[in-house]
Amino acid sequence: MSKSIIGTLSQKKNQILTLWMRNQLSDGGLRDDLMNNEDLRQQSAELLDCLFDTVTDDTLTAPDAPSLAPLIDQLTHVSMSRARQGFTPRETGTYIFSLKDALLEIFRHERKEDSEQLLGEILLISKFIDSLGIVTFETFIQGREEVIMRQTDEMTEISTPVVQIWDGILAMPLIGTLDSSRALVVMENLLQEIVRTGSGIAILDISGVPTVDSMVAQHLIKTVNATRLMGAECIISGIRPEIAQTIVHLGIDLSQVVTKSTLASALKHAFASMRIEVSKANSRSF
Amino acid sequence: MDRIPILKMGQYLLVTIQVDLYDRLALDLESDLISHITQTNARGVLIDISAVSIVDSFMGRILSNIAGMARILDAATVVVGMQPAVAITLVELGLSLTGVHTALNVERGIELLRTKTGGTIEPSDYDEPSDD
Repeated sequence: MSKSIIGTLSQKKNQILTLWMRNQLSDGGLRDDLMNNEDLRQQSAELLDCLFDTVTDDTLTAPDAPSLAPLIDQLTHVSMSRARQGFTPRETGTYIFSLKDALLEIFRHERKEDSEQLLGEILLISKFIDSLGIVTFETFIQGREEVIMRQTDEMTEISTPVVQIWDGILAMPLIGTLDSSRALVVMENLLQEIVRTGSGIAILDISGVPTVDSMVAQHLIKTVNATRLMGAECIISGIRPEIAQTIVHLGIDLSQVVTKSTLASALKHAFASMRIEVSKANSRSF
Repeated sequence: MDRIPILKMGQYLLVTIQVDLYDRLALDLESDLISHITQTNARGVLIDISAVSIVDSFMGRILSNIAGMARILDAATVVVGMQPAVAITLVELGLSLTGVHTALNVERGIELLRTKTGGTIEPSDYDEPSDD
């Protein structure tokens, strides 16, 4: 019986690393903008070390063996970090599968004389690397999902703040596209805050809303109407020139709604309707 | 049979709805209120719905009707204390209650009634000084 598969391979570790790196570097989709070659080499070397430390000929056929946990962990780590760095699934997959090419090439040289054994071992290695590939994909997708979840959470957290900018005046700066579910959250938050603070005027600032189509306008009108039903006045501010153009071109009727171009002018309007006068303090009073 | 009490406060009528309005009750309220306006010559009606948590299109229409009829009788209508959920429901039903004045609470409602009717009282008093 000739030498074990892993034994053979671990002797050629440096050669494998060189081959693997060559495979990776020759690939057209190499992302040297996301990771430089030094880091890539180090990451590959660490993974290879871990591979030869944990894998034996027995575990080659059982990729879910407990002794392989360090390797899986390492792979998970690589895959997760790649997901966060913004690698595509194809690039991450190529990273692992190019290792297979390197291993198989070594084997072709080692087992020149016995093609029967070569075939068996190639199949074994192939299967093993494939299972590593599956682990990579699973964790890659998991990593991406985590990114998406975090972004969604952040968005809902920052999306609907209601701030009290004066006694009896609330402002709600809207940022991002308004879809139906978000518009409802906006409306509920605003109305609840009106009840809680007893504010008579609410300013809805839409300077952060990228586009206003008839749907968004309808949501805005609904919010204004609901505010009015509650007994408060709602002013829409932050209307950019292009949004004004869109609104008129779409034939949306905003004549029942008080609209102002900036938050400052909306605040001025609010002061006027509350009969508040704000003036520069006399310098002697300090 | 239940009736919703209508209180007179100076020139204004005060209605506080403490129960969920079913259709018969709402219709009775409408006719009671309108006859009260004529009897007392009220200048304004204040309807407090802060305890109402459920509305339907019928209730919305009753409120609109009351406002419309009161306006014909030269009385302003103010609806106060609407809950956020009620406001959202009415808007989703497409009832924006145009012609009904609204205020956050009774205090502000009275204030609003004063400003709405105050402007018209003086000229009419001036025209008919012997009225009151």
